[in-house]
Amino acid sequence: MASELRLSRAGLEAPFARRVEELSGENPYACYQCGKCSAGCPFADHMDALPNQVLRLVQLGDESALSLSAPWVCASCHACGVRCPKGVDIARTMEALRVLALRKGITPAPVRPDRPYPQIALIGAYRKLTP
Amino acid sequence: MKTIAYFPGCALKDQARADETGTLGALARLGYEIREIPRWNCCGTVFSLVQDDLMRHVGPVRNLLRVQAMEEEKVLTLCAMCYGTLARSAHFVEDPERLRRINAFLDPDAYQGGVEVIHLLTLLRDEVGYERLAAETRRPLNGLRVAPYYGCVLLRPRPFAVDDPDSPAAMERVVEALGGTAVPFPERTECCGTHLTVTRKDVVEERVGRILRSARGGGADALVVTCPLCHFNLEERRPAGTPDLPVLYLGQLLAWAMGEDDPGVASLVGRAAVSSEAVR
Repeated sequence: MASELRLSRAGLEAPFARRVEELSGENPYACYQCGKCSAGCPFADHMDALPNQVLRLVQLGDESALSLSAPWVCASCHACGVRCPKGVDIARTMEALRVLALRKGITPAPVRPDRPYPQIALIGAYRKLTP
Repeated sequence: MKTIAYFPGCALKDQARADETGTLGALARLGYEIREIPRWNCCGTVFSLVQDDLMRHVGPVRNLLRVQAMEEEKVLTLCAMCYGTLARSAHFVEDPERLRRINAFLDPDAYQGGVEVIHLLTLLRDEVGYERLAAETRRPLNGLRVAPYYGCVLLRPRPFAVDDPDSPAAMERVVEALGGTAVPFPERTECCGTHLTVTRKDVVEERVGRILRSARGGGADALVVTCPLCHFNLEERRPAGTPDLPVLYLGQLLAWAMGEDDPGVASLVGRAAVSSEAVR
């Protein structure tokens, strides 16, 4: 006997995923985990979770994504976004995670300057560290 | 004489002075009257990627407002990062509600929208043209092997790409028009690590090492960039054992080819001439 199968995003939606979506403007559920973002990310080697894994945590509503170092290693170069077959600009998701972490008081370890920096470097870096 | 509004940004007045002097000198020879925006302010260097952060667009939009007050329709940038923030903010406020809210910060003036932000590469390709550039070249680069490095902001995100994000050619064409040999290399569109140079020096060093080895592998004698932060990283964040490649601004090559002086290019072109003599 045929039974009705209902597919809906409603059952999946976690408040955390919804918040990340609002802030980033990117739908985390569009991602089908192909991994192309991670394959092309020039910074993936330095991340504690690959970009597609970070997005998976968001899909699952897992707030441990806020404690990862991965979003802080993301340089917003958008290599992932131009290659994503589903059009997810993951750099925006990463920024949403950084901003959410900062607003909750979770900050990356402080760094001591090793030399004088040009303004362009300092302003870029501190803007990524202000919520 | 064509006039064009010009937004310099912090680096062009400081560590990238050679780029500004060279580019503006070359553009003057190409018949442009450069109008620097009066009382310009910082572009913000990085574009805010969250939706509820309107305040960070006030700086870039104020610069667009100044262009509007000059009665110019577009504004030229030389720095890749300034191009990125200004072009993306200009697009961001095409939404009337966002524009209304940002204009509240700019009271009593109001930005009407519509100022076009262009980068030097777009001007050279679409307005000057490669043929004219070649025709105006008085002192060719003697086949100097130059590897154009685009980095990220000129090519991504896609709507703001000055050229094909997967396979750009504009900078190569400019180098060739000036009499150089363009050397494409695999890492030419891969990010150098940008502002991570402050917080994660180790990451930037690894990136820079890869980029320079890749360019050297293609047989380059020098790299050419339009981003002052790429320039800083490629010069100052080299890990031990990295190929000793000089990094030039596009403006320096333009200036030299148009007959202006640039000591950095002079010594390289001299060497290129000597090595092509040796081949003959």
